[in-house]
Amino acid sequence: MRILVAMSGGVDSSVAAGLLAEQGHEVIGATLQLYDHGAATGARKGACCAGQDIHDARRVADALGIPHYVLDREERFRRAVIEDFADTYARGETPIPCVRCNQTVKFRDLVGLARDLGCEALATGHYARRVEGPDGPELHRAADPARDQSYFLFATTREQLAFCRFPLGEFASKAAVRAEAARLGLPVAEKPDSQDICFVPRGNYHELVERLRPETGAPGEIVHALEGRVLGTHRGIARYTVGQGRGLGAAARQGEERLFVAGIDAGRRRILVAPRGALPRREVVAGEVNWLCAPPAAPLACTVKLRAREAPQPALAHWDGAALRLMLETPGIAAPGQAAVLYDGERVLGGGFIRAAQAGAEAPRRAVA
Amino acid sequence: MPRGEAGAHAETYLDANATEPLRPAAREAAIAAFDLPGNPSSVHAAGRAARRLLETAREQVAARFGARPAGVVFTAGGTEANALALHGLGAGRRLLVGATEHPSVWAAARAVAGEAVVTVPVRSDGQADLEALAALLARPAAPPALVCLMAANNETGVLHPLAEAAALCRAHGALLHVDAVQAAGRVPVSLAALGADSLALSGHKLGGPKGAGALLLRPGLDPAPLVPGGGQERGRRGGTEPLPAIAGLAAAAAEALPERAAALAALRDRLEEGVRALAPEARIVGAAAPRLPNTSCILLPGVPAETQVIALDLTGVRVSAGAACSSGKVARSPVLEAMGLGAAAGEAIRVSLPWNAGGASVERFLAAWGAMRERLRRRAA
Repeated sequence: MRILVAMSGGVDSSVAAGLLAEQGHEVIGATLQLYDHGAATGARKGACCAGQDIHDARRVADALGIPHYVLDREERFRRAVIEDFADTYARGETPIPCVRCNQTVKFRDLVGLARDLGCEALATGHYARRVEGPDGPELHRAADPARDQSYFLFATTREQLAFCRFPLGEFASKAAVRAEAARLGLPVAEKPDSQDICFVPRGNYHELVERLRPETGAPGEIVHALEGRVLGTHRGIARYTVGQGRGLGAAARQGEERLFVAGIDAGRRRILVAPRGALPRREVVAGEVNWLCAPPAAPLACTVKLRAREAPQPALAHWDGAALRLMLETPGIAAPGQAAVLYDGERVLGGGFIRAAQAGAEAPRRAVA
Repeated sequence: MPRGEAGAHAETYLDANATEPLRPAAREAAIAAFDLPGNPSSVHAAGRAARRLLETAREQVAARFGARPAGVVFTAGGTEANALALHGLGAGRRLLVGATEHPSVWAAARAVAGEAVVTVPVRSDGQADLEALAALLARPAAPPALVCLMAANNETGVLHPLAEAAALCRAHGALLHVDAVQAAGRVPVSLAALGADSLALSGHKLGGPKGAGALLLRPGLDPAPLVPGGGQERGRRGGTEPLPAIAGLAAAAAEALPERAAALAALRDRLEEGVRALAPEARIVGAAAPRLPNTSCILLPGVPAETQVIALDLTGVRVSAGAACSSGKVARSPVLEAMGLGAAAGEAIRVSLPWNAGGASVERFLAAWGAMRERLRRRAA
């Protein structure tokens, strides 16, 4: 069949394209240009136009003998992902731009383009599995738990999932994928993995955020969440996320006790800190929920991931048609803005974006509570 | 090694404004030049033979486009010819640049004068707004200007009223640089007849090899070189001349005659009639103005140009949208934005018939374009 493959220029999506081409599909490669590479890397601003990754994707497509197109999505990406990234920080939350990108630029737009081009599927190099279930396609964790990206795909709609293919989902390891790249003769077999957030190549994301939302760079108070005392000042709320212990200066400890970010009050530009034990919450609320199963009518026993790099923990999910309330079996640290993703074993059931705890709801508690 | 794309479809090449297919005469001339061992700057017989070929090409190009041989500076292409004009003639002058000029002109103008470059607007039909130009030129106490207007636009094929613009420039002591890259070989182009001061040409847009272009200068103008090098081209462009590309350019220019190109107009008209018959909602951009005989800018409302270009490519039909960017991405067209098309500026493709186009390629285009439109309509329904 005719398949559009989203090719980033990295090893993973290159192998995805190569495998599908080898299977005899009519593969069309597409690479998204998401930002001005010259400006992002501080090189020549407005340089037309392609970064190394786009060059690499084109070389891979040449090696595979497939047509390849570069899609200019700078404006779309800026509005849907980069500005949302800055706005989320400005609200005192921690954004998760890969999910926003998947939700908008990648799956919504590329599925549309693929259909316009008469394709029957869209394939990506994500590490996740799409499994045919009794009620249609299901999203499952990748075979390689170290590489699993299902967390970032929770917002894929069921309709999009039906159209998508993840050829790398069954691979046992990244080494196996690199071996495939070498076997297929792809010029990116040895290319290092990409790091961090693609549009912040040097990791100074707060500089970008401060440029877009200058108020996030304004200093403010660091306040003890339980005692109300001002412990110090910070250099802007965008530098903090719930659970963080670094960047607090003298406020990082009180006597023998280390303090961590327990909350961010964007309105008053305050960073709230507390001892580690006071951070975990038993109840987490998520919004913008997407279900990849029938939305549960009754409380649903499942496991939940509150951040990308942690194992799913048991929880009970309550769905009222608008908000998702999670009761964690063991209290966990939840950073507003990040995703809460629900699993049933290997299967992704759905998820949402973690909301800030409501005032008057559950305050940070002592671990002994 | 790249294996090349599996071609399930016959190739229908309709992107002449990106590059024309090589003309056989140009190919022969280039190959003959490859076999000349000499450097045109060498004193010995081999050098003289190479020099002879170079100067013959220069005379041919000069005669063909209304210049004197001494006023022909060979360059690496149209972009360099435009840059040499802007840098060599524009220093110290006010730069007035047409809104729909090619990026090679805009980039050079910005490099010379930064944000001080003034835009000469176009009307909604795509032609330069002469009243606005006259007003800009008449600004009192302003330094003399260099006006840049293209003979024909690369995306729409719209021809600018250059004779009138040249008269205005003369009256105000301004220089006129004409980017004739798209017009040369397709409509009559003559530096002398236009009354322009300089004129840029590109070899491969005439059906020659890529790698050579020329800047034609009226007598008396002597721009400083961008590349001083060894003093070639009368000190106006250093570097050993690429003889095969230059010989190919001259041979292509001799073949690319507007009388022959006129036959393309009938094919273009057939193509546009077919488009209108298939899709009443489609528009031909710039159709109200005089245009090149080979260029159609076809707007299909609601469909991104990118989708159209890719869908057609997948069926073997090669067209483009906007000016080709080195990354290959399809960007919204500043040319069409300047014509006031707004968001629709991202919904038009350029179909440009090559010198060797025949009726079959027009029919193949119409079949592919019609099928694409049908599929998109079914999708949208």
